[in-house]
Formats: sequence, C-alpha cells, structure tokens
Amino acid sequence: MANFLARRFLSSLISVIGATMAIFILIQFHSDPRQLFVPDSGYGISEEQWIALGDRMGLNDPLWKQYVTWMGRTLRGDLGVSLARDRAVTDLIKGKIGATVQLAVGGWIFAIALGIPMGVLAAVKRGTFWDYVGRGVAIVGQAAPPFVTALVAIWIFAVWLNWLPAGGRSPDFNWKEYILPCMALGWGAAASLMRLTRSSMLEVLDSEYIRLARAKGVAWNWVIYKHALRNALIAPVTSALLVFSGWLNGALVVEIVFSWPGIGYDALYRAVNDNDFPLLLGTVFIFILIYLVFATLADIAYTLIDPRVRLGNSAD
Amino acid sequence: MTTSETQGEVLHVDSSTLDSPLVRVKVKRSLIGKVWYVFRKYPVLPTFVLSMLILAAVIGPTVAPYERDIGVIGDRHLGLFESSKLPIEKQDAPKYGLWPAGFHLLGTDHIGRDEFTRVLHGARVSMQVVLVSLVVGMFIGVSLGVISGYYGGLIDEVITRIVDVWYALPFLMVALIVVLIFGRGLTVLLFVLALVAWAGFVRVIRAQILVLKQMDYVAAARVNGASDFRIMFKHLLPGILNTAIVVGTLNSSGLILAESVLSFVGAGIQPPTPAWGVMTNEGRDYLSIAAHQVLVPSAAIFLVVVSLNFLGDWLRDRLDPRLRQID
Repeated sequence: MANFLARRFLSSLISVIGATMAIFILIQFHSDPRQLFVPDSGYGISEEQWIALGDRMGLNDPLWKQYVTWMGRTLRGDLGVSLARDRAVTDLIKGKIGATVQLAVGGWIFAIALGIPMGVLAAVKRGTFWDYVGRGVAIVGQAAPPFVTALVAIWIFAVWLNWLPAGGRSPDFNWKEYILPCMALGWGAAASLMRLTRSSMLEVLDSEYIRLARAKGVAWNWVIYKHALRNALIAPVTSALLVFSGWLNGALVVEIVFSWPGIGYDALYRAVNDNDFPLLLGTVFIFILIYLVFATLADIAYTLIDPRVRLGNSAD
Repeated sequence: MTTSETQGEVLHVDSSTLDSPLVRVKVKRSLIGKVWYVFRKYPVLPTFVLSMLILAAVIGPTVAPYERDIGVIGDRHLGLFESSKLPIEKQDAPKYGLWPAGFHLLGTDHIGRDEFTRVLHGARVSMQVVLVSLVVGMFIGVSLGVISGYYGGLIDEVITRIVDVWYALPFLMVALIVVLIFGRGLTVLLFVLALVAWAGFVRVIRAQILVLKQMDYVAAARVNGASDFRIMFKHLLPGILNTAIVVGTLNSSGLILAESVLSFVGAGIQPPTPAWGVMTNEGRDYLSIAAHQVLVPSAAIFLVVVSLNFLGDWLRDRLDPRLRQID
C-alpha cells in the first residue's frame, strides 16, 4: 500500500508539473500581460514605467525562473494577485469554490441515486419495461451535451411547469435553486453509472456462485443484495469517483447556463476572457489537484472493495 | 446479451441437422419479425440519420430554401410549420419558386432567419469539423501508439506519461486556454478538437501493438532485413486498422459534443456561422417564448450523437469485440 501510494504520488507530481508547465509555456505565446495596464492607444505609460511593471510582475526573468518562483509561492499557499481585479487569487477562488463544490456534490448524489438503483433494476428485471426505461435514460444521458440537458430541464420545469427557478443562486440557501443545476450536471454521469452497474450486475448474476447460492435456497432478494451487488459495484464505484474529474468540464457549462457563481464561470471563464494569467494558472492548478485527489481515492476505494486487485499494477 | 434474445426466436430446429457438429438453426419469422430482426441486427436507423447528415452537409447549403444569415425581423420567432404573416412583398423570398412562399419548416429565430436553412448549414459545419479533426487526431494518436508500443522503453514511458497528463486536464479548460492564446476561429477550433481526439487512440493502439509485435511474422520480417519504419507501418499497421476505425467512430460522437459545447460557450465557431451549438446559445434567451429555437438544433446534435454511438457500438462488436472491456 505504501509503495503504491508513493508511486501514485510521484506520478501525480509529474502530472501537476507537466500541466502547469505546459500552460506556462503556452501563455508566453500570448500578448504581454502588461498590455492590460495600458490603454489601447499605448498612451500614458513611459518606458521606465513599463520596465518597472515588468520587474514587479517578474516578467524580466527567464522563463524557467518565473516558473520556479511561481511554484515556490504556490507551495507556500500563495497563488499570486489577479491582474484584472487586483485581489489575491486564493481569495477569489476561495469565495467561488463553495458554490461549485455544492453543485458537484449535488450532481454526484443525483447521479448515484439515479444511476446505481436503475442499473440494478435493469439487470435484475432484464428485458422488461424497466430495462428499457434504464437503457433509454442511458442513451439520452450519453448523447445529450450538458447544455442541452440543462436547457431542456429549464424549459420543462421552469418555463412550462413553473415549479423551479430557471437559474441563479441567492445568498440564502434555497433548495429549489439546486435541483435543476444538479440534475443537469448529474444526468450524464447517471447514464454511464447506470450502464456500468447494469453490465457488471449481469455479469455477476451469470456466475457460478450466484447459481450456487440460489441452489442452496438463499432468498432471491438476499442473493441480489448480499452476493451480487457487492461484487457488481466495483466498477461503478471507481467510475463514480473518477466522474468528478469530468465534471469540471460539465460544471463550467452548467454554471454558464444557470448563471451559477462558481469557480468555473466566475474564475476560469473570466480569467480567460480578461487575459488574467495568475488567476488562470491558479484555477488550473486547483482543478488538476482536485482531479488527482479523486483519481487516487478511486484507486484506493477499488482495493478496499475488491482485495483481489493488486495495487502495483494499476499504474500500467 | 445476445444469447437469451436469440433463444426466444428459435422456433423450428431441423432434426436431421442435429447430428452434424455444426448445428444450423433455421428460424421462421413473420414479416414484422423479419423487419424487427433486421433493425436489431444492423444499425438501420443510425445509418439513415448519418446518411441524412452527410446529404445535408454536401447538398444542404445549396438546396436550403432561404438565405443563411438574412432574416426579416417582422417574421421573428415563427413556430414549426408556420408561414409568414407579413404581406407578401415584405417577406423573405425563398431562393427558388418551388418552395411555398413565406413557409418556414422549422420556424424562424430571434431575427427572423429560417431555422431549417441554418440547421442544414450547421450540418456542413459539424461534418467539416469532425472529419478534419478526427483525421488529424487519428494520425497523431495512431502514430504515437504504434511508436510507443513498438519501441517500448524510454520512448514508451514518455508517451504514456504525456497521455496521462493529458487525461488529467479537463478538456474545456485546455480549449479555453488555447482559444485565449491563439484567438477564435475555425483553424484554432480544428486544432483544439484534434487535441481532444488523439489521446483516445494512443493507449488502445499501444496495447495492441504490444501483442502484435511478438508475432512470428514480425520476427520474420526483421530477419529479412525490414527497417523499423517498414515493420511498423507495413506489417503492424494493418493489424490495428480495425481498432483504429472503431475507436475513431466512437470518438467522433465525442468530437461533435465537444464542438457543440465549445461553440455554445463562445470559444468555437463564431456567429453568424450557424453551428448547432451557436444556434442553441442564441436561442437560450428566448426559451419562454420560442423554445423551438433551442430544441431544433439540440435535437440535431442529439440525433447525430446517438446515431454515431450506436454505429460505433455495432462496429466494435463486429470488428473488434475485445474493445468492449475498455469502457
């Protein structure tokens, strides 16, 4: 286990360094960030001010030194100052990440609550009405992009039935505002969880030991929950944890559609539009960190549920 | 899945054939049963939808009844199958006389442009984007997969790590950054989507090459003095072509989704070019008064992606059933 964690940590480190470095290099292709401080005409800034600004932002150092400086500050928990808003990046992200986490957790609960029971039901009652309902959900979930699910959900529940608000997030907690965004975000994941649960459940139900359990007279429900489900859940659980990474994509779209003040919309999207590269790097860093934590958690969960899995091999 | 489904269809077994080791089961079906059988066995509907897409992409813009970017503001937000209510001289005239004057098959958008025309043009945009980025991504992904699997060692380690890092990045974030740096436009979008496409090939192809390169015929080729390049692309490549085609088909639906999401967010195709994602984004402010403006392009995206998924699954089961384990 320790060996595995060490390897995992090392490869995560490589991922973080590789990704941030790639973005660091990419950003160099773009116009000088000092341009942001200069009016369009170029009027109002002198040569000395320009150089002083470069010194203050560390732009005169060679690229590798800028990167090392950035990494050093980041490790001390300082992600720099946003260029466009003159506030600490950590503060900006801290203020927004709560909304995104709430959205992600809500969507996750929705996905698990819909996907896994649906998958079990579809497998146990295979070939019946329930199976077809489940497969329909899976097909729609896999083929509809998140903005389509979100807009159709708004159309049905906000415009047509007028049950739920169409977007926004008020400072006070209002559970109604969470339902549609979480549903839109969780739908795709629910579909893939459902498919996975169904196929692995079918595989398990077809195995010898289930037949043995049936033959010795164990009740059918008991067989399903005690013997089959535990073994069938391995793949879905791993995937349910990994799903978090994919959500950073979905969350951005869902946040835009629902005007949700989260990290995707308020930090990433605006950082890109404002050419605010400290904020951009900070957000990317946080995103990758979240992904790697969940990928590692998924691997650990995998071994806890299924002791047969040998950790050393999972990296290959 | 298939065993129990075919069991139900076995109606008549000729007893004389039972002695032979290869039992050929003859199944009798009614006409509806025959049609149903064909629909289940072959991807009829997906092929139909995709042929319509290709048709729309090739001839759609030519046969489209109205101008793509010009509308009459007085005719805005007409519903499905609705005709213009303006006096005839103020209407937007169809490009040819056969089309009923002022008739809008799929309604109009917020500035009175014909939705049907724009959906047809959007089909061409989607096709172009997917074809180009898929071919580029496939070329890069397959080459890297073959090289990585064939040489092994340090090259393999580096390529595998790059793919790992790549998978650790949310693609939308990467796309936004690339668009920020290189500007918005079709070339940049194609580049971004090729970036999305390549990684999916590398691991699968690499795994296959690892098996293939142990084969005797590869050793024989090497004994004959074939160069590495020749072995890789003359002897190994044909062996992984099926896999590449299957992965390519399964990836292409992801590319359509990616293109539509990027266009929706504003980082992809730019208005007034009618990509389906752009059309959906334009319509979302009018959801309460003209929902069709969102639903029509959404339905187009959805149908194409569903069809590609089905076709991909079918091809996989046909050409390379081992790939099933991957997802």
